[in-house]
Amino acid sequence: MRLMPWLHCLRGVVGRELLRFLHQRSRFLAALVRPLVWLFVFAAGFRMALGVAMTEPYQTYILYEVYIVPGLVGMIQLFNGMQSSLSMVYDREMGSMRVLLVSPFPRWYLLVCKLLASTLVSVVQVYVFLAIAGWYGIQAPLAGYLWILPALLVSGCMVGALGLLLSTFVRQLENFAGIMNFVIFPMFFLSSALYPLWRLREGSHLVYQIAALNPFTHAVEMIRFALYERVNGEAILISVTVTLVLLGLAILGYNPSRGLMARKGGAGD
Amino acid sequence: MSLLSSRARRPAIPPVALGLALGGLLALPLAAQAERIFVSNEKDNTLSVIDGESLEVVETIQVGRRPRSMAFSHDGSELFVAVGDDEAIDMIDLETLEVVRSQSSGEDPEVIRVDPNRPYLYVSNEDDNIVTVLDYEARTRVTEIPVGVEPEGLGISPDGRWLVSTTETSNMAHIVDAERMEAVYHRLVGARPRHAEFTHDGREAWVSAEIAGTVSILDMEETFDVEHTIRFEVPGVPRETVQAVGVELTADGRYAFVALGPSNRVAVVDQQSYEVLDYILVGQRVWHLALNGDESRLYTTNGVSGDVTVIEVDGLEAVKSIPVGRFPWGVVVEP
Repeated sequence: MRLMPWLHCLRGVVGRELLRFLHQRSRFLAALVRPLVWLFVFAAGFRMALGVAMTEPYQTYILYEVYIVPGLVGMIQLFNGMQSSLSMVYDREMGSMRVLLVSPFPRWYLLVCKLLASTLVSVVQVYVFLAIAGWYGIQAPLAGYLWILPALLVSGCMVGALGLLLSTFVRQLENFAGIMNFVIFPMFFLSSALYPLWRLREGSHLVYQIAALNPFTHAVEMIRFALYERVNGEAILISVTVTLVLLGLAILGYNPSRGLMARKGGAGD
Repeated sequence: MSLLSSRARRPAIPPVALGLALGGLLALPLAAQAERIFVSNEKDNTLSVIDGESLEVVETIQVGRRPRSMAFSHDGSELFVAVGDDEAIDMIDLETLEVVRSQSSGEDPEVIRVDPNRPYLYVSNEDDNIVTVLDYEARTRVTEIPVGVEPEGLGISPDGRWLVSTTETSNMAHIVDAERMEAVYHRLVGARPRHAEFTHDGREAWVSAEIAGTVSILDMEETFDVEHTIRFEVPGVPRETVQAVGVELTADGRYAFVALGPSNRVAVVDQQSYEVLDYILVGQRVWHLALNGDESRLYTTNGVSGDVTVIEVDGLEAVKSIPVGRFPWGVVVEP
């Protein structure tokens, strides 16, 4: 098996996704403005109310805006993953997915390429966000910005795989609002992105248990630890496992003979 | 804006080989320093000993009741601790880390200072409105110096000529001639003055006031008057929680650090211009401060959260908080 054609395919898909991202300036701005509004407005407003005590991986007391940065990084990736699934629905509606699927490469490989492309786009967004946060004064150790890269690839793939899976259920763009309400918001708010789990536990044990089971919590914690040069083995294990399971289901969903696409009328129809 | 930044150094395990290589190259490990930090735990009747290298508590010393202020003897062989409810000064052998003797100090000793020239220990006796002078070698009481009502803070000039005693209820700084053992000037400062600290050149004394939330700068060369008052405003923090307590001044004349009590911040002040440069987030109800030998680190006692925060002076950044006993009050670093 020759490697070059596979890489050529990967480059094509990634290149298309990056170009699309760069040309959609409003999307780029929206991807940045959303977490920055949370950082500058929400965090400032809630600093006193939600003051955070010392908790791992932090070695000392931190301000609330420092705490939520890893959660907002996860938010960027979550929205990007969903945006990517939206684009899959759009491609299917417009018929451009046919062009991709007539490629001689196996469908699973095309989906993995698509996933990697979407993840890389989210990584670019995250680093721009972290640069702005750094300028604002929220800085992690320098090495943390490198440590975070593998964590971003895993978490980006996790939410991207979720997006791929969801795109097999959504037939029309109009239905995407449902994803917003039933996937993004619960995943984000029922996680450790905005408040530590111990604080959730004080409010409601049920909410705490849901948040502790939420894979997005573990993705955020993996990012948080990596940003401060630490490893959270449990969070990595759960994030990687969930990524593989979701990706497997998405590949299954896109299988024309067995998957959900067959039941829904097939990809590109 | 270093106050917002937070570091968790000392990586435990690298996530990937790349992370290991780059992390190892770029991580800034805490400087290895073989210093010992002593913290008095007011409610536990103990001192916590922190190792300056590992930044962990390595020893706990049982002392008398209600330990607060501490000071080292001239030769550095002993540590003195004011144990308020025992009305005594416990003396700890720094080799064995045990209380080897105790000297009566008068009622409710709170703050103590060691004379740089003589084996004298100055003790503020809050309930008696006096500063007691003890000879810790001869184990005698030298004299008692009347000051205002409820004396607390004590500062001594580097040459040992002047002593500044602050009195909580009088709201005054009493300037004591250490030769005559007599208060010769009395100056009004902010409400409830807590602490007095001389600059290393001896030209100024900085007096903090808890209720006023200010630091008054006294000219100690000519007028002995308050020549400047520093006020603190921590953005987003209620004014009444900004209470100035402990003060530390770097020897190079660069920074002054002021513990701001329940606002959980340490103010960084330019020692020359008196401008407040920064506020550093630390634990709850930060009370007293101590710089280490080379002034690369500042240690803070956080009474309510029961820990000590370590601040890197060059980066003006809190790097670690170390749990100690209940209600840590004072902190000193072994010279």
